[in-house]
Amino acid sequence: MAEVEISQLHKTYPGGGRPATRDVSLTVADGEFMVLLGPSGCGKTTLLRMIAGLELPDRGSVRIGGRDVTYRAPRERNLSMVFQSYAVFPHKKVADNIGFGLAMRKADRAVIQDKIAWAAGLLQLEDYLDRYPSQLSGGQRQRVAVARAIVMEPDVLLMDEPLSNLDALLRLQFRAELKKLLTDLGTTCVYVTHDQVEALSLGERVAVMKDGEIVQCGPPMEVYDSPASEFIGGFIGSPPMNFLDATLRRDGGEAVIEVAGQRSAAPGSWAAFAEGPVRIGVRAETITAHRAERSGALRAVTEVAEPLGSTTLVTAVLGEQRIKVQVPPDFPVGAGDDLWLDLRADRLSCYERDTGRVLVSDR
Amino acid sequence: MTAAGTAAPDRAAAPDAGVDRAPLARRRRNRMLVQVACLAITAFMAAPMYLITLAAFSTRESLNAFPKSFAPADVSTETLRSFLGATGVVPSFLNSLVVGLLTLVLSVAIGTPAGYALARHVFAGRDAYQLFLLFTRALPIVVLSVPLARFFITAGLSDTVLAVALLHTALALPTTVLITASIFTAVPRDLEEAALVFGCTRASAFRQVVAPLALPGIAAASLFTFVLSWNEVLGAAVLTLTNRTLPAQVLGSLQWSPLPYRFAGGFALLVPALIFIFVMRRYLLNMWGTTLR
Repeated sequence: MAEVEISQLHKTYPGGGRPATRDVSLTVADGEFMVLLGPSGCGKTTLLRMIAGLELPDRGSVRIGGRDVTYRAPRERNLSMVFQSYAVFPHKKVADNIGFGLAMRKADRAVIQDKIAWAAGLLQLEDYLDRYPSQLSGGQRQRVAVARAIVMEPDVLLMDEPLSNLDALLRLQFRAELKKLLTDLGTTCVYVTHDQVEALSLGERVAVMKDGEIVQCGPPMEVYDSPASEFIGGFIGSPPMNFLDATLRRDGGEAVIEVAGQRSAAPGSWAAFAEGPVRIGVRAETITAHRAERSGALRAVTEVAEPLGSTTLVTAVLGEQRIKVQVPPDFPVGAGDDLWLDLRADRLSCYERDTGRVLVSDR
Repeated sequence: MTAAGTAAPDRAAAPDAGVDRAPLARRRRNRMLVQVACLAITAFMAAPMYLITLAAFSTRESLNAFPKSFAPADVSTETLRSFLGATGVVPSFLNSLVVGLLTLVLSVAIGTPAGYALARHVFAGRDAYQLFLLFTRALPIVVLSVPLARFFITAGLSDTVLAVALLHTALALPTTVLITASIFTAVPRDLEEAALVFGCTRASAFRQVVAPLALPGIAAASLFTFVLSWNEVLGAAVLTLTNRTLPAQVLGSLQWSPLPYRFAGGFALLVPALIFIFVMRRYLLNMWGTTLR
């Protein structure tokens, strides 16, 4: 187990115009589960491959456990990896697949057997050790890939979208298993995904990437609740965060926001911001909807209501802007109904209109 | 494939009476035409083989008879036995074998790394190199043979099996390189990278993971090389006088040899090639990139 320190990693693929990663720096603490999240082409896989040594950076450094490994071969880094395609060797039996890394290290036969048995037990593969990968289902192959990675007792475990080739139900089940397994093992882990649900549910910290840069890095709930930019708020969460054009005003020392000619309370700390046009970020589930008029609530008209089982998702029109609101499933609402929306001031985020960057006050 | 002419169950009074069946009929007709074309091509290839085989197993008398029958009338191994007993046939058969094996080893040893490089690396001039490989086949062997013969005489290799093997290797290399490139492309890169992560060097990753997966395809490619060498006659005839390969031997003695000898020679050339193709037919499909394994 070890800490991973990435410093100013820059990489442009030959023939590629834009850099895949731009001077990325990131520190993953010993035993931490770090998720790299971003849309495709954001450089998250390139970053992971540079940690693995499968790709070499143009400049910058990678240190694992304090040791510089930037230009070392993958096998000199004491890490293991789970590939998106599983990359289970088709010509080797499950047991030989799991023991492959140890055999390459010329470990003792008895030790290898013990380790294989241990990993197979953890991943419920005992019955399949004598089979070839082609005789296994996708989920079982993924288990083999994970078993092969953990028997190495690596300093760092790298995972490149390991769940994306599984069907939805299996993914849900294996996600929980993976989290428990990796928490128990306590290995430092860097996990790449484009699935924001996976990122939120697995990571101790989530690093959101865009265009080769890390745009926000923090605990999942912090990234979810206070996205650092409109891009992050729109990328994370389902439904994505609502963004409303609003005007920030001060009314006798108190900050208020004005949306479509209506006023709503703003957090007290916003009084420090300059008055003027802003964008307000608000999560669908932090809005309370009422059918009767209420002071301080914004009046909107229901456009459509979608029952989702556990909740109902209402799309309402506020002035000329659309807003998604999550209401209880038994909330009586239909298209055309008037709604009064109560935005909880403490759950709002404020963004610059031009840049989409969050405004923070030193409270 | 199902027979094209299979009659559909009678559905005159069925609920789909109003259905336009013309597209279905068109499909059936097209499928039948494809079948007919396949049969015609097969017959075109198989007829000479059949006739040669028939002639090789006929007696001298029935060969000269007219009109000839298409069914085997009097089977005898007399013709074949006299062919095998003729001077130079057995040594040239062995020469062919040695040349074929040498060609196989040399072209795999040289062509496989080139194929691997084409499959795994992007380098300057990669496309040009691939095209250039094919150009080497554009030169007629006859044109190549004369300067080569001169060169081999200077090098002291003239009239040796090695000289023929070298020529055949040069002829086989383009196909070997291109075929092995397609085989290596079919081995997922992820597997090689996984091997690297789990403690392999580039060389041991190749040995442990890539080679075992590519082996069936490489075997097919090398059999293809062998057949190519086995059937090549022009170069072999120009480069050698005494150490002839079987095709060169047969070709060289065609003018003055009797008719039965020619048929027996044709048969002796045909059989090994057929056996090799039969053995490798499973790999032929993946050689053209359809599937790996």
